Amino acid sequence: MPTFTKDQVQHLGWLVRIALNDEEADKLKDDMNVISEAIDSIQEVATQDVEPTANPIPLEAHLREDVPATPFTQEEAIAGAPKADSGMFVAPQILGGEESE
Amino acid sequence: MAEKLMDFDEAIRRYDPVWGLEVHVELSTKTKLFCPAPYKFGEAPNTELTPVSLGLPGSLPVINKAAIDDAIRLGLALHCHINEWSQWSRKNYFYPDMPRDYQITQADKPLNGKGYLDVQTEDGETFRVPILRAHVEDDAGKNNHVGGADGRIEGADHSLVDYNRAGVPLVEIVTEPVTGTGAKAAEIAGAYIREIRDIARALGISEGKLEQGNIRADVNVSLRESPDAPLGTRSETKNVNSFRGIERTLIYEIRRQAALLADGGEVLQETRHWDESTQSTAGGRLKTDANDYRYFPDPDLVMVHTTQEHIDELKASLPEMPSHRRARLQKEWGFTDIQMRDVNNAGAVDLIDETVKEGASAAGALKWWLGELSREANEKSVSLEELPVTPTDVASLEKLIADGKLNDRLAKQTMAGVLKGEGTPEEVVAKHGYKIVGGGDELDGIMDKALADNPDVAEKLKNGDMKPMGVIIGAVMRATRGQADAKAVSSLVIKKVRS
Repeated sequence: MPTFTKDQVQHLGWLVRIALNDEEADKLKDDMNVISEAIDSIQEVATQDVEPTANPIPLEAHLREDVPATPFTQEEAIAGAPKADSGMFVAPQILGGEESE
Repeated sequence: MAEKLMDFDEAIRRYDPVWGLEVHVELSTKTKLFCPAPYKFGEAPNTELTPVSLGLPGSLPVINKAAIDDAIRLGLALHCHINEWSQWSRKNYFYPDMPRDYQITQADKPLNGKGYLDVQTEDGETFRVPILRAHVEDDAGKNNHVGGADGRIEGADHSLVDYNRAGVPLVEIVTEPVTGTGAKAAEIAGAYIREIRDIARALGISEGKLEQGNIRADVNVSLRESPDAPLGTRSETKNVNSFRGIERTLIYEIRRQAALLADGGEVLQETRHWDESTQSTAGGRLKTDANDYRYFPDPDLVMVHTTQEHIDELKASLPEMPSHRRARLQKEWGFTDIQMRDVNNAGAVDLIDETVKEGASAAGALKWWLGELSREANEKSVSLEELPVTPTDVASLEKLIADGKLNDRLAKQTMAGVLKGEGTPEEVVAKHGYKIVGGGDELDGIMDKALADNPDVAEKLKNGDMKPMGVIIGAVMRATRGQADAKAVSSLVIKKVRS
């Protein structure tokens, strides 16, 4: 039976960039273990004859034709930016950031 | 900091290199993968965006059919198994090049599964590169780092982000670990990526320009003591965007890792960068929790269903593959393997094909595109296609030579005029009044004079000793300011002395 440790919860917190104090990590650990147990009970009934699924919606993707629509103007595009310069979004200094893939 | 490198031959003697490429091919669909924003390289920043490509709350992705079809056609060309059901996953990461903070990609269920690509090496052998998958994903935007040296991230105090490219469809072609290439590792990797470029162009699914980032590769390299040993730790050099860069990254990493291992050191699992200016790779970030992308199925998208019927339709529409076409053209043109290889490496297959279609001989087309024009392209550091000369121009010039209107020297001068933008070969010829002084009394008189001025030479020629012919041709050329046809002069002189 998988259970979350406090260290794992802290690690998840780091991955999503949410700072957790001790108390929060403890509470989340307990909550997540309850969810984990619920999932375990579902897995017990998910036997070989049940097809694995990734999406509960019994649909296949709708594909659209490759026809351009009018995009935002530059002014519209950057209207919501906290800070803009030369028509571009200003992002703060990137320290030890991850690379685009 | 200069790193210790082992001699390449020694590295190959002592270690078995294993490598893999992750090649990103940018599809040239009219719109993005998940929204109808148009995309063209080089537009003003942030002018090719919709709510979806900006990741605005409430916006939902809708898949571009053309991107899926293009990806399937590429998969078919790479002999991939096309999966009936494919699925989208979110790959989460923190970096401001993607406004959503996740990339939509395919993790567990890619569109294209296992396949392979056969490539030819210089010695004429065929090597099969095994492909693990070719999945579809969207591209990220572009960061412009400000305040550091040369726009690099190190030392920058902030970045300006252009999201135009965010959401452009990519196919990522991932090889299996490629083994058994030994000293030919770089050659095979280079041939592989050139072949992918050619296929993408033949399919018309990508511009295939590496310098514009249409195709870029992550290069994975590891070494092991012997082919029986388990795989060693690999380095991953990211976003290399030139053929030579990819080949040299492989060679550099083999030499670097060999020196490291031979000294009892350890190869770190890290991402590195190829630096064109220093011709070396530099260490970047260690791959630790960066690997933890927390993939999960994207709840905004359902699975893509690809029927066998649709696959068959697309298969029927595939054009002739570049390797077949090259083999066919080589036969038609009568080129040797080495000539054809040079033509291919120079990116001149299409140009020669078009020149021949315009009426030139294959040998004539070859002479121009791989001679004079390749030199010009090299000097200007541009591709042959970018030169201001068309296959039609080359064919016209060849016709002027064949019709006896120009000799080689005048043809070269005419080509120089075309390259300078003076117009078509005919226009350049008319402008400068280039013409061969041939036949007629004029040339006759000049030849008579040359023979009269050199009686000893005339005597030798008369007796069948052709060695001093150059003296007469030289004199005629001087007198006609190079406008005579040397071959014609030679045969006319022989006739004259023997008559």
